[in-house]
Amino acid sequence: MLSLQNVHARYGAITALRGVSIEVKEGELVALIGVNGAGKSTVLNTIAGNLRPVQGSITFQDSSLVGKAPEQIARLGLTMVPEGRDIFPSLSVEENLRLGAFVHWERSKYTHDLEEIFTLFPILKERINQAGGTLSGGEQQQLAIARALMARPKLIMLDEPSLGLSPVLVDQIFELISTLHQRGITMLLVEQNVDRTLDIVDRAYLLNTGRVEISGTPDQLRKRVDIESVYLGDTRQRANR
Amino acid sequence: MTNLFTLDFFINALSLGSLYALIALGLVIVYGILKLVNFAYGELIMLAGYVLYLLTNGTAFPWLVVAAIAVIAAMGTSYLTELVAFRPVREKSLTAMLITSFAVSTLLQNGALLIISPRARAVELPEAFSQIVHLGGVDIPMRNILTILTSLLLLVGLSLLLKYTVLGIALRAASENFRMTRMLGVPANLIISTAFAISGILAGVVSLFWIGRTGSVTPTIGGAPLLIAFVATVIGGMRSLTGAVVGGYVYGLLFSLIGIMLPQSLLDYREAFMFLIVIIILLYRPEGLIRGGSTGERVG
Repeated sequence: MLSLQNVHARYGAITALRGVSIEVKEGELVALIGVNGAGKSTVLNTIAGNLRPVQGSITFQDSSLVGKAPEQIARLGLTMVPEGRDIFPSLSVEENLRLGAFVHWERSKYTHDLEEIFTLFPILKERINQAGGTLSGGEQQQLAIARALMARPKLIMLDEPSLGLSPVLVDQIFELISTLHQRGITMLLVEQNVDRTLDIVDRAYLLNTGRVEISGTPDQLRKRVDIESVYLGDTRQRANR
Repeated sequence: MTNLFTLDFFINALSLGSLYALIALGLVIVYGILKLVNFAYGELIMLAGYVLYLLTNGTAFPWLVVAAIAVIAAMGTSYLTELVAFRPVREKSLTAMLITSFAVSTLLQNGALLIISPRARAVELPEAFSQIVHLGGVDIPMRNILTILTSLLLLVGLSLLLKYTVLGIALRAASENFRMTRMLGVPANLIISTAFAISGILAGVVSLFWIGRTGSVTPTIGGAPLLIAFVATVIGGMRSLTGAVVGGYVYGLLFSLIGIMLPQSLLDYREAFMFLIVIIILLYRPEGLIRGGSTGERVG
């Protein structure tokens, strides 16, 4: 469904990606893991059109994403939940959700989708007229994911959804991602919480200094890498295993 | 000093404030999204003024039709300057945009100098502008009442647009986080074009009432309103549209107050006193009277 081939990207003089190849199939939940600065968020930003790759190809359902504007990519059905959530703080919860549905705006569709969102996120129904900025961190994360779902996306990219949340809320977010996965939504997840991530994903890519170091199913990754070491920035493969 | 807060003072101050609020709003609606202070904004007011001048002195159109054409011309010019001048440099840097806005401003001003004249041209005004209304025992110029009503109508209309249409909500979202708005599928060009068009409409309407006060148009007429817009937004806060409107009204009210409180001999220094007050406001509220939307979040 989504395929990156040998993607190179840089911020000014700093090279952030050095030939990344990634594949996400329909219905899959795939994770990018690795230390800070490994290039995980850069991969998502390059796919979303915020950063133009200097080399390599990105294709989504047979159309190339390279050189397309973020809004064009969103219209193809790729939705991003960025790090830090980026909800609109002075807009109400309802307005935030309405913008989520911008790509296929139609009132009847919108009211229908909204009801469905409320069954998934009951707290948002209570907060519907509140300004987004008055929500707690966990609620904001729910709003950001709900807003992405309103777009009826074919693929959702989640950048560090558990960042800055209390342990209970982290549990909730991972549960939510599993639920969405069971419903058949294709997702590309970036997470620092490696252990929790490997519990729920189908496949994962371990990134290090802009390259894919190891990829495979969670079991394969656990066998080949000492997960503890991922946090410490040392991702040397285990010897003799 | 005795008749400080009479009805006529109040209406005159409110009229000036309304006009300044519109001026400031037109500048901030573009600033909010592009973070660009469009220095060519004053020239949109000038351009609408020359359209008024040309059409009232040569054609038999009723004044209201001429006014509508002037507003549309300002809107169209604003839209076109974005398309031709700002869009090509948008991805470059803010400095490039700022210099471009100076260039557009100079170009339009020199165009007027060259094509029409450096001298002031009298603009024919409708009778309603010079009529006097007797209200509660005082005489009030009809012009001022019209300014207040038109501004109110525009402000209400604009807030309805921003509050209830998807495009309006997208405009507000874009002024908070343009990148995220685009990632939701909202085309950047649509948002920016709309902002410039609204800015142009506001400039056009401002032009009608600005020239309604002076009765003539010159190539440099845009300078004063641009400065007012800038100062009003600084007073009110650059981060929100509400701030611009509040800033405009506060500016108008203070300016009127200074006008009646200063002795005759000091009236020439009215602006100096005005800026003194602005400095004092900024000392206590450096971010302006209205703070922008909070980006903080509750802990939880």
